[in-house]
Amino acid sequence: MTRKNNYLYTLMAVAALAVVVAWAQTGLFGLLSPWDAYTVRIMNLCAINIGLGLALNLVNGFTGQFSLGHAGFMAIGAYTVALLAMSPAVKQMNFFMVPLIAPFDKIQISFWAGILWGGLLSAFFGFLIGAPVLRLRGDYLAIATLGFAEIIRVVIINVKGLTNGALGLKGIPVYTNLWWTTAYAGLTVLLMVRLIKSSYGRALKAIREDEIAAQAMGIDVFYHKMLAFVLAAFIAGVGGGLQASLIGSIDPAMYKLPLTFQILLMVVLGGMGSITGTVIAATIVTALMEILRFVESPLTLGAIHLPGIPGMRMVVFSLLLIVVTLFYSHGLMGDKEFSWDLLFSRRTKQGVTQ
Amino acid sequence: MLEIKDLHVHYGGIHALKGISLTVPEGKIVTLIGANGAGKSTTLRAICGLVKPTSGSIVFCGENLVGEKTTTIIKKGITMVPEGRRVFPDLTVHENLILGAYARQDHQAIEEDIKQVNTLFPRLLERRDQLAGTLSGGEQQMLAVGRALMSRPRLLMMDEPSLGLAPVLVQDIFQIIRRINNDGMTILLIEQNAKAALELADYGYVLETGSVALAGTGKDLLADDRVRKVYLGES
Ligand SMILES: Nc1ncnc2c1ncn2[C@@H]1O[C@H](COP(=O)(O)OP(=O)(O)OP(=O)(O)O)[C@@H](O)[C@H]1O
Ligand SMILES: [Mg+2]
Repeated sequence: MTRKNNYLYTLMAVAALAVVVAWAQTGLFGLLSPWDAYTVRIMNLCAINIGLGLALNLVNGFTGQFSLGHAGFMAIGAYTVALLAMSPAVKQMNFFMVPLIAPFDKIQISFWAGILWGGLLSAFFGFLIGAPVLRLRGDYLAIATLGFAEIIRVVIINVKGLTNGALGLKGIPVYTNLWWTTAYAGLTVLLMVRLIKSSYGRALKAIREDEIAAQAMGIDVFYHKMLAFVLAAFIAGVGGGLQASLIGSIDPAMYKLPLTFQILLMVVLGGMGSITGTVIAATIVTALMEILRFVESPLTLGAIHLPGIPGMRMVVFSLLLIVVTLFYSHGLMGDKEFSWDLLFSRRTKQGVTQ
Repeated sequence: MLEIKDLHVHYGGIHALKGISLTVPEGKIVTLIGANGAGKSTTLRAICGLVKPTSGSIVFCGENLVGEKTTTIIKKGITMVPEGRRVFPDLTVHENLILGAYARQDHQAIEEDIKQVNTLFPRLLERRDQLAGTLSGGEQQMLAVGRALMSRPRLLMMDEPSLGLAPVLVQDIFQIIRRINNDGMTILLIEQNAKAALELADYGYVLETGSVALAGTGKDLLADDRVRKVYLGES
């Protein structure tokens, strides 16, 4: 009875979102977009970060495997998309030091196919690295995945014939728009909700809680860890590709630990193991990242003159993270989820009777 | 039903099981008693495939278990209540029970079985949506047993279910084991509480530093001088 309503509400929410996206992106019925390009860009980043955050939450929050390899997977996705979607002419301009190896110098495929390849290649690397690394626990897993991301970066710097090395790639065609990013975020949310509610999701949580007991229940621990890890790698690869095509240029320095940290921040602030929490925190953190830009630029307050300090925003966020973990250790949402019932406080009568 | 022959298990350099043999007949309660570190839990772990035996055979209903994955073994109908309960603390009582049925294929019957577990442990029904980690020790033990029953095992193995429980609760647990057994379940029970276990069991094995020191019916072992001295603390 109420379930039918909930579907209706969800459908309405999706429709409303689609209208907003259409309006923001292209204007609606002659009404121009009310948001300038800069705001739309932030909206894009929010959506991408929602997807990236959910992927990290799948491994770190739901499965309890502390991975720090996110930036590595994003880099794989980003470079794949760049190499497949750029036109041969632009490639030639980029690779003036060392020429791009065949056949990549000639090919150009459609954006969506490039995105798909980015995700698949990233997932493939997730599979390769996951097999040895997911047998490790806790700190060792974190260090090993961090090492993986760093290796990817070093390889990118050194395989100049494929990646243009430390110079990076410029002039990546900007295909990413709100349709792409909203679909990416939306599909990831949908996938996560379905996955977590399924018996797979329950198995992942059981592994997080107690690996031995999970095994004793007949759960194939390694298989489920791999599933989560490879899926997260796929989503991170796609996200990295979308981001590359939004920004238009990439270089290896972008994919250092701070990138992973930024995503991790969203997951922890939102609540490890909460889809809703990640969605909210990703939106807030992404928006704050832009709003707080002023703390990094020179500032004059009356007589006081403050020089801009690069990296100041991360200091603000790190402090925020410390405060949250100290006083509010389960993040914004803990492991709770949004539901229509909760919104309209249409709760069941349980517990009230006593 | 379960037939173990000359089982050896090593943990690195430690020779934990030195060739034990034991039989669990269908429909019976068999108990394994012995001092700390005798190898009781190791035996259960070997049966479940959680540790790999160095040599020896484990046969369940005519099928070899050595070398099989835990998942496969559990699908064959063996379930373990692990030592120290190990419920999933941040999941609700209900979720814990559903996870117990993880390896099963017949999903329709799961709700039915939850009802059955709830009649066995009414306390669990009252606390259906409570996080398992916030249950008392005794309640957690009930949950661990209930969770194991959810897989509808043919052989239920319990590792010290009375550990850390008040004497009244210990009696309850043993009564429940009896009831489950009366319903036709085969049970392999590990216990420190040798007296209660031997009174309950059809057959008992006494483990000492990795080997079977004594074996016999529960009654015989209760009457045995050595058992009385060492495990029942009588003079
Ligand atoms: N993971 C392990 N690594 C190394 N040694 C182990 C391991 N697990 C058990 N052992 C050793 O194997 C021996 C048997 O252990 P086991 O846990 O089977 O004893 P137990 O009979 O269950 O004892 P208790 O009654 O105290 O639970 C002990 O000497 C123990 O130290
Ligand atoms: Mg033990």
